[in-house]
Amino acid sequence: MFGIVRRRIGFGASHASILDRCLHGIRPALSTSRCYSTAGKEMTVREALNSALDEEMSADPKVFLMGEEVGEYQGAYKISKGLLEKYGPERVLDTPITEAGFTGIGVGAAYYGLRPVIEFMTFNFSMQAIDHIINSAAKSNYMSAGQISVPIVFRGPNGAAAGVGAQHSQCYAAWYASCPGLKVLAPYSSEDSRGLLKAAIRDPDPVVFLENELLYGESFPVSAEVLDSSFSLPIGKAKIEREGKDVTITAFSKMVGYALKAAEILAKEGISAEVINLRSIRPLDKPTINASVRKTNRLVTVEEGFPQHGVGAEICTSVVTESFGYLDAPVERIAGADVPMPYAANLERMAVPQVEDIVQAAKRACYRSVPIAAAA
Amino acid sequence: MVLTRAAKASRSKLLRPLTTSLSSTSSSLRRPFSSTTDDQTVLSIETSIPFTGHKVDPPSRIVETTPKELMGFFCDMALMRRMEIAADSLYKAKLIRGFCHLYDGQEAVAVGMEAAITKKDAIITAYRDHCTFLARGGNLLEVFSELMGRTTGCSKGKGGSMHFYKKEQGFFGGHGIVGAQVPLGCGLAFAQKFNKEGTVTFASYGDGAANQGQLFEALNIAALWDLPAILVCENNHYGMGTAEWRAAKSPSYYKRGDYVPGLKVDGMDVLAVKQACKFAKEYALKNGPLILEMDTYRYHGHSMSDPGSTYRTRDEISGVRQERDPIERVRKLILSHELASEKELKDIEKNVRKEVDDAIAKAKESPMPDPSEMFTNIYVKGYGVEAFGPDKKEMRAVLP
Repeated sequence: MFGIVRRRIGFGASHASILDRCLHGIRPALSTSRCYSTAGKEMTVREALNSALDEEMSADPKVFLMGEEVGEYQGAYKISKGLLEKYGPERVLDTPITEAGFTGIGVGAAYYGLRPVIEFMTFNFSMQAIDHIINSAAKSNYMSAGQISVPIVFRGPNGAAAGVGAQHSQCYAAWYASCPGLKVLAPYSSEDSRGLLKAAIRDPDPVVFLENELLYGESFPVSAEVLDSSFSLPIGKAKIEREGKDVTITAFSKMVGYALKAAEILAKEGISAEVINLRSIRPLDKPTINASVRKTNRLVTVEEGFPQHGVGAEICTSVVTESFGYLDAPVERIAGADVPMPYAANLERMAVPQVEDIVQAAKRACYRSVPIAAAA
Repeated sequence: MVLTRAAKASRSKLLRPLTTSLSSTSSSLRRPFSSTTDDQTVLSIETSIPFTGHKVDPPSRIVETTPKELMGFFCDMALMRRMEIAADSLYKAKLIRGFCHLYDGQEAVAVGMEAAITKKDAIITAYRDHCTFLARGGNLLEVFSELMGRTTGCSKGKGGSMHFYKKEQGFFGGHGIVGAQVPLGCGLAFAQKFNKEGTVTFASYGDGAANQGQLFEALNIAALWDLPAILVCENNHYGMGTAEWRAAKSPSYYKRGDYVPGLKVDGMDVLAVKQACKFAKEYALKNGPLILEMDTYRYHGHSMSDPGSTYRTRDEISGVRQERDPIERVRKLILSHELASEKELKDIEKNVRKEVDDAIAKAKESPMPDPSEMFTNIYVKGYGVEAFGPDKKEMRAVLP
């Protein structure tokens, strides 16, 4: 069974049918994303981020890491494990709990030509420093007509974790992605994490790098190419995780895994879903999304964050403006519930998109009848 | 050197009203304008008032300077004064739009600081930045063009009054958000230390910004990590329309650093400013951050939309102008030391006026930015992505 799984399918899964056949035999616990690279090495997202940081710090002495508990504690989520020991306290800096202060210091260092990586313990705390991210970092190159460039990366976990409540669960993708001057990336797999973080650190502009706490421990296969220290992924390019022809499902971060699971379920019902892993929220890969919709004629956007003014709204607008004639059904949007995140486990489950929600939306887009849920 | 009275190590008591005998001294004792090149004679001049220290021993109030330096102070400050007043007129003529925060009255801080440091040291300030930009090596054309939104401006017309920069001469702006420049300045100091450059950063802020939380956050980190950052509070006693005693429980801004030492300086005395900044640079390189409180005053209101007289009396403003004006102080110094005649100083002021008028005329002729400039410099690397105007079907551009 694993012999079939190991066949190199590469980017874009052109052998979707092989994928289907593989998956029937596999334990449900395995996620579909494990089936497309040459086997051998697997790597957790945590290891991917750690190795990316390590390699970029090694390659460029101007790169340094700053944030709460990144040094002696080895990182609040152990992403920066071992880095203090390897690079010393001048390049791995533990800060006091003062986001506005240390983010401003990071941006100032970037003005001077260093390449800071600023870690927020979660992006919820980035709101305390958002003035520096937007007004001091994002806009400076423009306001100075190119004199002051800001090669900085702001990274950390974004979105919902498990049971952490309203103040620790918000997704900031839409907030940051609306701002010209910023680049916003959201990795899903280990390959994404390595490639996009390396690209972000090497990029001369401010990059907001949205990780996900629940993905840190997940393992994904990585090819030799991904493991190479010069590996990086292009910014602004989405990845077609699974090819399909009936409906396009866009997602980013954790929701990519859910979308892939939904695609499996839909496949059993005869609906072939194309799953796009956005990877880059700003710039958004509108050409790839539109090309896909022009092929499938139906779109479901998936995100974890609040629905109003979210990422899905922007994707919908792009498709309606560029590919209206190709749409055979209204765009469906799956997003987090329009409520502050509740704590109780049953309410929390209702507040975040589940695989069933994506399946239902895809079926609606395909005009398949779906029993309507009772209104609350 | 002709002036025997200005021999090395002589002391002169300053700010006595000029006696008539001085002003009619025969010209045989002086050569016109030789003072502007004399940087050998050392003049030792006492500052108007002594420095006050907080957790630090203040420097001496005897400041060494040269005729060339003093004449330079006069020229620079006169230029700045004239530039700001011209900007006032341009604003009223609606050639400058939006915000315009003028620095006249505070010139001694910009000029004195510059005299104490090099272009390798960094300065960052808030939005009252025209004169600091000039002191850091900017020119009048760049200033007026930027104010009028022309492509010859220092930020190509895309920044405006609050966003002047001259990175290669160590000037990092030009910031509109009150207080944000202080953590940024500590970041510049971090980078200087990281690179082991032996240079310092001066981060200027006002009495209004002195209560900002992020300032204390940054100061804490600067003190913990021994960053060569000097925080300069340009205390002009009013945060927009709010007097310092209404905004700060403790308006002794030089003491607000608590564990960080501070110095209170007469900000209207360019020699005191120079001495304090020189002291601060040496201190910060060895010991980490220091706070300088410059006791200064702005003649204009907070910005051009503020008359500046609803929250302070006209008597107060004219009183400061008479007693403490920084340019007048230097003029009296120059005259009392016979470095130049009154006429020579008036000629300098006339030349300055002309320089400013010429720059304004040239700036008025300069073109506005090309529409394509709207979409440049958003990113250093745009990856060929499209950006849009209000109607994406009408206006789109590819980012290089």
